[in-house]
Amino acid sequence: MAAQEGHQQHPLSVYFWVWGLLFVLSGFSYAVDYYQLEGYLRWSLILLFMFLKAGFIIAIFMHMAWERLALIYAILVPPLCLLVFIALMAIEGEYIELSRLIAFGPAAEIISTHH
Amino acid sequence: MTQDALASTADILIGNRGAIQDAESDKQVFQVPWGKAMMWIFLLSDTFIFSCFLISYMSLRISTTVPWPIPSEVFALSFGGDPIPLILIAIMTFVLITSSGTMALAVNFGYRKNKKLTVLLMSATALLGAMFVGMQVFEWTKLIVDEGVRPWGNPMGAAQFGASFFMITGFHGLHVSAGVIYLSVVAWRVGSGYYDRHKNGNYETVEIAGLYWHFVDLVWVFIFAFFYLW
Repeated sequence: MAAQEGHQQHPLSVYFWVWGLLFVLSGFSYAVDYYQLEGYLRWSLILLFMFLKAGFIIAIFMHMAWERLALIYAILVPPLCLLVFIALMAIEGEYIELSRLIAFGPAAEIISTHH
Repeated sequence: MTQDALASTADILIGNRGAIQDAESDKQVFQVPWGKAMMWIFLLSDTFIFSCFLISYMSLRISTTVPWPIPSEVFALSFGGDPIPLILIAIMTFVLITSSGTMALAVNFGYRKNKKLTVLLMSATALLGAMFVGMQVFEWTKLIVDEGVRPWGNPMGAAQFGASFFMITGFHGLHVSAGVIYLSVVAWRVGSGYYDRHKNGNYETVEIAGLYWHFVDLVWVFIFAFFYLW
């Protein structure tokens, strides 16, 4: 296989297909905003198109699909720890919002006038 | 067997060099050119930098009690008629995807040793990148001058909007600008025969530059989704 020599030569049609797909997917993402979809439908569609685009760019344009598994693991596994980071910061963010509402929100004034 | 064991014992070094030898065991892990492996590792570290920006933006947006400015209104643009939501950002996205396509083709023609097309496609990529940065300058100017967005506040809503926007798009714009310079240098070297003279006609640098460029496009996919569409 070509990948074993570190060479990445593939038929041009693959690139044109992915190129076209990226345009279509970007169009869909934009349509989500243009037609003002709301709530979970909006968020799930945004994420779906985002991951599809990211996947095609990494797999085809960056040739990850044809690389050896050692390189794929070394690059794609470490970012998974970001999921923990995201979860932690989301919890933290909710907690800060709640603290702000309690300390500085309308409820805080009622508490301070009573004291 | 015994002779082999003895020979290998004699080869084992002691002290620091021995420690290094033991740790590396003299193996190549990644069966790709070293420049490519290093570019991937750099991009991995860059992933964490951009993730930090996007995650801090998420925390700010979750924790603020003031409504977040609506991106599709903030970034609307009118061409004489009604304002079209996010139109500039959509055009910027299409410019960047176009440039990613031309880059992918440049890499392909680089491996086919088609010097002329490689240079042409890389120059087109750099030009599209410069166009993207130009549009970003326009976007920033409009936001700062016309709409009064500052890193510490803005008239539309949550004060953290400006800080997040300038940090995230600014850092991305810096990457695009660096990429334009990087691509121009590599394109120049392909065209002037530098790789033919010094690297025995090996154009793998084109692919390595391509990796960087696709990564810049990749980051934009995430910024577009989380900052502009969310």
